[in-house]
Amino acid sequence: MKTESPLSVIQANGKANGYDPGLSKEELLHCYRTMLLVRAFDDTALKLQRSGRIGFSIPNKGIEATQVGAASALKKTDWLFPSYRDFGMALYHGVRAADMMNNMFGNAADSARGRQMPVHFSFTDPIHFFSISSPIGTHLPQAVGAAHAFKLRGESHVALVSFGDGGTSSLGFHSGMNFAAVWKSPVVFLCQNNGYAISCPIEEQTASDGFAIKAQAYGMPGVVVDGNDLLAVRKATMEAVERARKGGGPTLIEAKTFRMGGHSTSDDPSRYVPKELVAEWEKKDPVQRFEKFLQAKGIWTEKVRAELEASCKEEITAAVREAEATGQPPLETIFSDVYAELPPHLRRQGTEAFELARRKGDAAAGDGAFPL
Amino acid sequence: MPTLTLVQAVNDALKTAMRRDKSVLVFGEDVGPKGGVFLATEGLTTEFGKERCFDTPLSEDGIVGAAIGMAINGLRPVAEIQFQDFIFPAFDQIVSEAAKLRYRSGGQYTAPMVIRTPYGGGIRGGLYHSQSGEAYFCHTPGLKVVVPSTPHDAKGLLLASIEDPDPVLFLEPKALYRSIKEEVPEGHYTVDLGTLRGVREGKDCVVFCYGAMVPVAVKAAEQAAELGHEVRVVDLRTLLPLDEEGVLEHAKQVGRVVVLHEAPRFCGFGAEISAMIAENAIEYMDAPVVRVTGFDTPFPNTLEHHYLPDARRVLDAIERVMAY
Ligand SMILES: Cc1ncc(C[n+]2csc(CCOP(=O)(O)OP(=O)(O)O)c2C)c(N)n1
Repeated sequence: MKTESPLSVIQANGKANGYDPGLSKEELLHCYRTMLLVRAFDDTALKLQRSGRIGFSIPNKGIEATQVGAASALKKTDWLFPSYRDFGMALYHGVRAADMMNNMFGNAADSARGRQMPVHFSFTDPIHFFSISSPIGTHLPQAVGAAHAFKLRGESHVALVSFGDGGTSSLGFHSGMNFAAVWKSPVVFLCQNNGYAISCPIEEQTASDGFAIKAQAYGMPGVVVDGNDLLAVRKATMEAVERARKGGGPTLIEAKTFRMGGHSTSDDPSRYVPKELVAEWEKKDPVQRFEKFLQAKGIWTEKVRAELEASCKEEITAAVREAEATGQPPLETIFSDVYAELPPHLRRQGTEAFELARRKGDAAAGDGAFPL
Repeated sequence: MPTLTLVQAVNDALKTAMRRDKSVLVFGEDVGPKGGVFLATEGLTTEFGKERCFDTPLSEDGIVGAAIGMAINGLRPVAEIQFQDFIFPAFDQIVSEAAKLRYRSGGQYTAPMVIRTPYGGGIRGGLYHSQSGEAYFCHTPGLKVVVPSTPHDAKGLLLASIEDPDPVLFLEPKALYRSIKEEVPEGHYTVDLGTLRGVREGKDCVVFCYGAMVPVAVKAAEQAAELGHEVRVVDLRTLLPLDEEGVLEHAKQVGRVVVLHEAPRFCGFGAEISAMIAENAIEYMDAPVVRVTGFDTPFPNTLEHHYLPDARRVLDAIERVMAY
């Protein structure tokens, strides 16, 4: 069985193919600026990692339109179950770059209190951006459960869960898709097909013709969109979200895109990605694609880009300054949040750890008397 | 003799096994052209072809389940789980299936296979790239659990694991992958499973440890020497089946015991050593057994150097045991 060709909206001449995204000029520019902000964040994170100021990052380059297009279809009352490569979804909804940077530095202001690796964000405000876990695929059935809770309470919110092509091989993909379809849960599955799972190309992941087609077997609609076309992703996600809100159940969206960098800052993609493939996707840059649309609408010039880029750079620089000026989390954060209440054995271990640190003179600033 | 790092010794063991025995296959996520995220399988696809070293879909359950199927049908699979933290989707296949197959089929079906996986902290990996899950697996009859701490042992133990008739979980201390180098014999040799290794002599106190904690124990022992304590260090290297006799002998000879691991304390491997000594050698003990372990919390990121036992904490335990 063949999947139809990907939905695309923005044409070579920048026209939107008759589709009205229903966004004001400001909203369109917000989408655009968010993509630029992701790029600025990425560039800075790479430099920080290379210079040893942070340990790790995940490049988003090439995926920005998928992130922003999908996020733009959600309301603040909807919930996001993101992957680690979804910076743009958080930024679109107004998560402060500085709060993401706090996580990159694992400092005391990080919402995860420096416990997680960089890029494992967690936010509840201004949108529920669910705490990211490293194990791939675990969040799919969780999104279904959260969506089911919306449904049981008669709320019209939806959950959007984002994962990669590799994620479709996980146990969580199967159980998540199956549960959602059986329960008709208000959930949108967004598969970001970016070509590779670390070094493994999609042919090593699936023998089916793409990923959207898998929806059929589970009993839900599946659509393929051009993931580098922000409006196409928005259109498909809006349709899926509306269907879910109205009780029509889940949808699987496959966004075809390409990871333009390594899997992470620890990865060297030149070991396994053919140069020609990169060159081919270089021409399909999602930011330029959206610029064409904005230009055709008369709201884009080189000057607009330069101004927005400068303001993004400033925002990221300020975020780094803020995050770097914040100290390390105190020792007690190793022991807090394991349970709602600190059990006796953890109190004892914490006290011992703090006493030893103090005795040996390496208690960090902020390690007061063990407070828990 | 070539001088190799621990990860190079793993690579050398895999090549040695694959050259000797055509039924040995290596597979997992990113182990093919990329050579694994830590380069443990570098060059295998080039030398042995895609039939014998290959990438799989992203499913640990699939990787281990398929390994079992190959093992029951004449192959010798060596599966890689990219990080031990990601082994849990395969828990069912390991614990319910591989480990119980011989028993439940009366020996008609067996799963001679190896699951290699990097474990442990020290690379700023946070909750999910740092864990030491050996205790979950040591609680599984039918499984063998091996943890090398030197390049020489990594190669010899891995070759022995591949040749072993039972399923072996081979935990590689990723913190030591590149931090130590030593001469490793070329070609084939094995280190027997179920044997421990005396690392350092000493008559006052013994530290039992394994994996990435071995160099930590040695450092603490050196510091203790300056304080006048002669501390013995013993590398357990096979956790299951454990060289119980060896452990008891060391404990009885010395009479003061510290057990060291980076995994959480509660129901950790140290509890087993401690119980064994309490049951079988209590009359030889001059002090209670002291455990130095990770805390009973998930693994933190920024403060991992506080979580991971270091020489300072081990020395503190040695001093306590000696002062008793
Ligand atoms: C269960 C599990 N196995 C292995 C890994 C290691 N790992 C991290 S990312 C990754 C590839 C994921 O690829 P994909 O789902 O396509 O997402 P992408 O990184 O391309 O966005 C792997 C194998 C993991 N995090 N979780």
